[in-house]
Amino acid sequence: MSKEQNHIISTIVEHKPGVLYMVSNMFRRRGFNIESISVGSTEQSDLARMTITVNGDERTVEQVVKQLNKLIDVIKVSRLDPANIVTRELALIKVRAIDTKVRSDVINYADIFRARVVDVSSESLMVEITGTSDKINAFLDLMKPFGVKEVARTGITALSRGVKSVKIE
Amino acid sequence: MVKMSGAQALVEALKQQNVEVIFGIVGGAIIPLHDVLRDSGIRHILTRHEQCAAHAADGYARASGRPGVCMATSGPGATNLVTGIANAYLDSSPVISFTGQVNTFSAISSYMIGRDAFQEADIIGITTPITKYNCQVKKASEIPKTVRLAFHLATTGRPGPTLIDLPKNVQTEVDEMEFSDNVEVRGYKPKTEPHPIQVKKAVKLLIEAKRPIVLAGGGVIISNASPELLELAELLMMPVSTTFMGKGCFPENHPLSLGDVGMHGTCAANKLILEADVLLAVGTRFSDRTTGTLDQFCPDAKIIHIDIDAAEIGKNVEVDVPIVADAKETLRVIRQLLVHQLKQRENSPWFNRVKELKEQFQSEMDPGDCDLKPPLLLKELRKILPANAILTTEVGQNQMWAALHFETYKPRTFISSGGLGTMGFGFPAALGAKVACPGCAVVDIAGDGSFRMTEQELACSVTEKIPVTVIVLNNSMLGMVAQWQRLFYDRRYSAVELGSSPDFVKLAEAYGAQGVRVGSLREFSEAMKKALKSEVTTVIDVPISPEENVFPMVPAGKGLKDTISG
Repeated sequence: MSKEQNHIISTIVEHKPGVLYMVSNMFRRRGFNIESISVGSTEQSDLARMTITVNGDERTVEQVVKQLNKLIDVIKVSRLDPANIVTRELALIKVRAIDTKVRSDVINYADIFRARVVDVSSESLMVEITGTSDKINAFLDLMKPFGVKEVARTGITALSRGVKSVKIE
Repeated sequence: MVKMSGAQALVEALKQQNVEVIFGIVGGAIIPLHDVLRDSGIRHILTRHEQCAAHAADGYARASGRPGVCMATSGPGATNLVTGIANAYLDSSPVISFTGQVNTFSAISSYMIGRDAFQEADIIGITTPITKYNCQVKKASEIPKTVRLAFHLATTGRPGPTLIDLPKNVQTEVDEMEFSDNVEVRGYKPKTEPHPIQVKKAVKLLIEAKRPIVLAGGGVIISNASPELLELAELLMMPVSTTFMGKGCFPENHPLSLGDVGMHGTCAANKLILEADVLLAVGTRFSDRTTGTLDQFCPDAKIIHIDIDAAEIGKNVEVDVPIVADAKETLRVIRQLLVHQLKQRENSPWFNRVKELKEQFQSEMDPGDCDLKPPLLLKELRKILPANAILTTEVGQNQMWAALHFETYKPRTFISSGGLGTMGFGFPAALGAKVACPGCAVVDIAGDGSFRMTEQELACSVTEKIPVTVIVLNNSMLGMVAQWQRLFYDRRYSAVELGSSPDFVKLAEAYGAQGVRVGSLREFSEAMKKALKSEVTTVIDVPISPEENVFPMVPAGKGLKDTISG
């Protein structure tokens, strides 16, 4: 048995109510684990893209792809090759920052990570950061000592590099 | 474009699909549809419980090969269908359900979706994991297209149940309707042609095989591939075992037939499949009841797996040659290639081994002469019934006795709940099968426990004039669980004793059906012959010993090599 790791599956689905339920329900029913899922519109208004990160061994992920393909409203399923993709995730992080030293530290770290401060209150700063999951994890680790009050992450979204694209007639 | 109501459009769309019969129960949210149905010429059979409407539609579909249709109102009507839908899903049966639903919108009351209205249930949410496709129609004009889609999806590729939910105001809404034959589904293109390279690999394995064996599943019946399977098996002198769902796809009186493999498979099949060097699995999902523990299943065989559902390949068993395609077409192509490459095989050492084992275990399958043992009764029944008679079963010991001891010669003549194992399936399925094939004798092999679960359909069978025969193997027990408790729980019976209630003869008579109790094989034989001529349903009550076991048996969690022969 091959070892368990994260795999990114990109799917094109019908952009209509109930499809997200159908997909997530299949994962639940078959006992597959979703690490993250992000859903959004595509270049075609009647299609949506779901980018699903799954943890499992090779055989499990193969089954996931087959079971996704079986769903009628799922039009295209592709496993993305980790060596040849761009992945991004966005996170909003609210950090406790009362004294000015902490505030300037947070702002400095944010600069280094090409993140932005998007909200300021008397007791906290909100930072917006975009990048790979690893980058966001690293930034979050740095923020922990200050006191992370809230985090919202979008989950991974991804596309293959190069000219290759998925067109649906 | 034609102007009509949603209900009228639905009935029109059903006629386009050549629907002749609907099984169902009416209710508040589906009255508009029934109002149109009344004068449509489509026969509506009023079952006495919605579960039975779904099972009857299922029996109709399996017996005829055409889709079965059932209908129920919103809320409890719809949820009562659920067991029947799940049953059809696991056995890949094209059952199409229509459910009423509360209004999508109401200006005058809160009788609408999302307000927890009277008899509102989220049937789309509930049936998503047990349907191939389901859909709530939001606008009347979408009805013709949605019905076409539901039939197309239910009957093509790997068949399965579909459901359309119809809000009441959508049934009454009048709009322009467009009817065409066009079905467009971007996300659904079942592959029916086998890949030539995979076929070549399969052919090579089969030519080189010394001990090839077929495991034929329900997919062979669904794709009507029995003639192709027979030709291929005879060409290679290759024995054929079937899964429980495959029973009937290969004539069981054929010298190459081994019967079923699995938990209650025949000794010969369970033994020979482990000796095989090439396993040709066709239209099977390698269910746990077929394979036993996986690590002991066909350890030395190369496995060729033909299935139209790509997700079945490699799901339970790793295979050497996967072929995603229609069974009929694939078997035809394989045989065509083989015919050019080899001569008709004669009696090989492998065939002699098949003969030897079949003869060896024949005596163990011989029920002896004790008068009313179920195996003997089933053998007697086989002698009485013509080859095209349809046998349905309930679930439990009755089912396994029927599978083991009632020889089946033709596909679609053995109908049983394989995947879900639904007690109560057999009787309503028998009614559906009889409606589909009025010229065939239809017999339900039942246990007293199972029959009680849907026995109220005696009323349906009498009033709708659908005569079938129910043989109740009556041990006053939930027999299969009792058997497990005897064998594996130190005879500690728990919650399995049903007692002597009801009197099945009087029960049948109360419904206006015939009831008869038999105490010997001769009496059974007479009662059965009389039942076949009867114009009403007959219930034959056959008291048997509560200590009766079904053998052979593979204990749960064991491998096929651990088959207990009794």
